Amino acid sequence: MRALVAAGNRGLLVGFALLAVALVLPHFVYPVLAINLVCFALFAVAFDLLLGFTGLLSFGQAMFWGGSAYAGTLLIAKFGAPFPVALLGGIVYSAALAFVVGLLAIKRTGIYFAMITLAIAQVQYFFALQFNEITGGENGLPIPSRGGAFGLSLENDLVYYYVALAIVVLGVAFVVRVVGSPFGSVLAAMRENENRAIGLGYRVERYKLATFVMSGTLSGLAGVLYAVGNRLTGLDAVDWHTSGKVVMMTILGGIGTIFGPALGASIFESLEYFVSKTPIGDKTNLVLGSIFLVIVLVARRGIVGEIVHALRPKLVDEDDTAPRKPNVAEHVPAP
Amino acid sequence: MTVSYLVTQIFNGLVAGGFYAILALGLSVIFGMLRVVNFAHGVMYMLGAFVAYYGAQLFHLPFFAALIVGPVIVGLFGLLLEVTLLRRLYKLDPIYNLLLTFALVLIIEDVMRVFAGALGSPYATPEILAGVTNIGVTEYPTYRLFAIVLAAVVCGVVWYVVERTPIGARIRAATENPTLTRAFGINTSRLISAVFAIGVALAAFAGVLSAPNTNVQPSMGDTIIINTFAIVVIGGLGSIKGSIITGFGLGVIAAIGAVLYPPIANTLVFIVMVIVLIVRPAGLFGIREGAR
Repeated sequence: MRALVAAGNRGLLVGFALLAVALVLPHFVYPVLAINLVCFALFAVAFDLLLGFTGLLSFGQAMFWGGSAYAGTLLIAKFGAPFPVALLGGIVYSAALAFVVGLLAIKRTGIYFAMITLAIAQVQYFFALQFNEITGGENGLPIPSRGGAFGLSLENDLVYYYVALAIVVLGVAFVVRVVGSPFGSVLAAMRENENRAIGLGYRVERYKLATFVMSGTLSGLAGVLYAVGNRLTGLDAVDWHTSGKVVMMTILGGIGTIFGPALGASIFESLEYFVSKTPIGDKTNLVLGSIFLVIVLVARRGIVGEIVHALRPKLVDEDDTAPRKPNVAEHVPAP
Repeated sequence: MTVSYLVTQIFNGLVAGGFYAILALGLSVIFGMLRVVNFAHGVMYMLGAFVAYYGAQLFHLPFFAALIVGPVIVGLFGLLLEVTLLRRLYKLDPIYNLLLTFALVLIIEDVMRVFAGALGSPYATPEILAGVTNIGVTEYPTYRLFAIVLAAVVCGVVWYVVERTPIGARIRAATENPTLTRAFGINTSRLISAVFAIGVALAAFAGVLSAPNTNVQPSMGDTIIINTFAIVVIGGLGSIKGSIITGFGLGVIAAIGAVLYPPIANTLVFIVMVIVLIVRPAGLFGIREGAR
């Protein structure tokens, strides 16, 4: 437990370091790339809330990111809604979708959960493809103008970046708050030993569903921010490759470390951007897939996870790579 | 809507169903033995089609030979992957092997894009199977009839081997209880490698079989693998019988659904999956989760 708290503090350090970089980022890189980085960072943090704290691996998270992007884009492009209304519309859509999908998907766990979320996400993909009078189909749905919010014009990329960053910081702070709350403690208990949590009277399904909805909603928030930032929502937003991408970002950064996934997302997005400028061109998946392969084989804790693990106070001899066995030491009260 | 149109659609459904059944079968056999959901199954299907395509282009490999050469080459490739990569992660949560095979999808697809480009290439239907055959109410492409029959035969053979032969008994024993099976002197680790290779070879077989029917292209496995995931969720992962019946059944149901309401064509499989999840969460032929 003490190790966990220490790890949490180090995690916060990573968070502040990332925030410091984010504040000056658009002065070093192309502002739209900076916008993409922070949006994917929020997406990955939201995803980590689900994967890291309930152990549920969703392979369809793009349905919230992309679905909400379409909802927000439609509100702006077809109904001329202002930016805050688009945000709200996106959030409401993804929350409602996550609630319905969650009810179905949490009936199963593990690989079944992954396959089911992937399959349901594919339904939305086909809807987006098929109803092209509404979604623009393969051409996507452009946003003529970002409009304004909070007395600012969002047409300027820099202004939009800082507005997006503020919202992303709020989103990440929300996740940190949730994880640190009694609710988060129950999640940790479920993750460590689900049967014991059930035995203690917690209705784990409700906790899982609530977490799924929070994760989906925040993913949706990130998705609208991204769509408006790029002035376009296309099919790639709801495509399963996007679902896979957020999985890779989260694991690269470190499952359950909250800020690790934000770092992982930044690394992935930057890599994708810079690799696409090299002769490798659009074969970015070759590079990203190879990196991910190595992470899965030898560094499953991810970047931040491995660092925290290496620096951890040596309280108990733990070996996470070994299959979990009932451990007598668990019952011994900490000295 | 004429009868001949409906019959044609049902046969189209059987063709699609045949591919689903073979792919679901491979996924199920692998899952039963390794507890691994092979995300790269669609990629293996694609590689099978490419072996046929390049075999014909470079070596004038006839289609019927490709039906054997494709699965063998891709099966050996699968063996290599199992021995060098998958094997390292068996002790961990099966999710990690899902992620590993997902990484393989990204890598292999992009490598194939480097070689073949993103656009599709047509593969000629073998002459003996070109043309149409009269099936009573209408005429139907001979090649597609052949594909239905061959898919059914392959499914039957796999079912027979697993359920009715000594080697199948060992596979089932190792699926049920690996430790006890080892105690009887059976080399389960070799059996696991063989089963993975065979499962992957089945996917490649479906790929070769689909080559004259579609455009051979690097992303051809993308859509079909997600449909196959839905089918194994419906049928119950690990069940041979379930894979075959749901594969063919869903192919036909999707085809009939598409006749009644065309926009539903791509999504019907997933809608059925949702209904099955509500009514029977373990799948139609599934064994309860956690019965490992």
